[in-house]
Amino acid sequence: MEIDQPAITDTGDFVINMGPQHPSTHGVLHLKVTLNGETIKNIEPHLGYIHRSIEKMSEAASYRNFIYLTSRMDYLSAHMNNQACAMAVEKGLQLEIPPRAKVIRMLMSELTRLASHQLWWAALGLDLGAITPYFLGFRDREEILDIFEETCGARLTMNFNVPGGLMYDIHPNFAGRVKTFLKNFRDHLPEYHQLLTGNIIFEERTKGVGILTPEDAVSFGCTGAVARASGISCDVRKWYPYDGYETVQFEEPIETGCDCYSRYSVRIKEMEQSVKIIEQLIDNIPEGEFQAKTKVVLKVPKGEYYVRVETARGELGVYLVSDGSSNPYRIKYRSPGFSNLSALNTMAKGNKIGDLVAIMATLDLVIPDIDR
Amino acid sequence: MTTEELKQFISLQVPETVFEEAQFLNAIVDGSKAHAVLKTLREHPETDFDYLFCESGVDWKEFFYVVYHMVSRRHKHTLVLKAKISDRVNPQIESAAYIWKTAEMHELEIFDLFGIKFINHPHLRRLFLDDTWGFPLRKDYVDETNIVSL
Repeated sequence: MEIDQPAITDTGDFVINMGPQHPSTHGVLHLKVTLNGETIKNIEPHLGYIHRSIEKMSEAASYRNFIYLTSRMDYLSAHMNNQACAMAVEKGLQLEIPPRAKVIRMLMSELTRLASHQLWWAALGLDLGAITPYFLGFRDREEILDIFEETCGARLTMNFNVPGGLMYDIHPNFAGRVKTFLKNFRDHLPEYHQLLTGNIIFEERTKGVGILTPEDAVSFGCTGAVARASGISCDVRKWYPYDGYETVQFEEPIETGCDCYSRYSVRIKEMEQSVKIIEQLIDNIPEGEFQAKTKVVLKVPKGEYYVRVETARGELGVYLVSDGSSNPYRIKYRSPGFSNLSALNTMAKGNKIGDLVAIMATLDLVIPDIDR
Repeated sequence: MTTEELKQFISLQVPETVFEEAQFLNAIVDGSKAHAVLKTLREHPETDFDYLFCESGVDWKEFFYVVYHMVSRRHKHTLVLKAKISDRVNPQIESAAYIWKTAEMHELEIFDLFGIKFINHPHLRRLFLDDTWGFPLRKDYVDETNIVSL
């Protein structure tokens, strides 16, 4: 193992480590930053501090079991990770899920997206030096997590999806509590704008920082809010609709600023669109079965299947290779954070360390999603 | 382009391509010819595959596949290209990092977990594991201390 000496080279550059233990890297991300003074010349990410070989473990688990490993990949959108895996198995078995299961899956996805964006907003404020957003974001998030706990039994890693639909039916209090939450959240949303959006210090720190051109965004494979802030339309719910998203009305917020402030605006607007989707669905949950009939031991026919969902970070793809046995042969998770991280070097070159913190905060990375 | 036109376009580049009809059109070429085909698919205005959304490796015991999933945002067609690498002792293939920038990090991951070397990669290094580790995602990987067989 080579040891890097922090020497000053002839050009005056030196290499420092940011992370893996650092409050602003949102997980265990180790960045080797080459600096000249305070200006960044190069960033090299070193990963693997939370690599748990989920892909290898999935090869040893059965088709019913591997779904539960994936809640821990991007733990802030755990429901959507499980939905992607369940959809991959359903595609292989050519299974149709009942309408009640589709609507409840959509409701849970949008609530998870809201919870993830609230945590993102809270951590963004904290990284840039504002303490109050952290408390406000978590206060609103607690209501959603309490709703999850009543229905699914867990606050973060819900494990509510199975191939064929849902594991159990929703609690009778579900619809009432969601409506109360929506009313409270609509009242609190102006506070979010009051604290950060119009704040002159916030605007100076984020406008014009971390430019990512549209050609680079496509070449780096960026998805989610990172690509939408550069003018690229890429919402999986619009381009490749799944599980009933073609029946709801919502817009895809697109900005053309390409900087940190645009990424911030896109996510705030995504929160408002999620509220709109939940309002359309919460009074019209169809009656009926919540799970399609399936065998106890599932065997997906030989072949390859690719499904994609829109998580809070971008497009999550599950590439399932099956050889006809009762365990998957190979599963590859195309994680959104992996591709978004590869654009970090381009975005941060020429900026200062303080700008790097702002860029990382608006990229919204979750490191277990990258390391798997 | 329709599926038939894509098949003809790729057969012009590499006549020995094997096609499969699956969820998307699958084209299997030999590893040595893959780089040229990928470059043409990216740059030709009729195909214009500008978005590589997934690059992965699959170990089929006698050979490896490096699987490229790509889509064109303008023409809205999707293609899966599989590059077959038959050499298990010293597998290598030319890197696609200068065609799509996202391939740089994906290929680091494939090198780390499978051991497939990418020629002309900007900076090939192990990403998750350290230099003394084997290649875990291979089907013949054995680790007595860490893997428990039930």
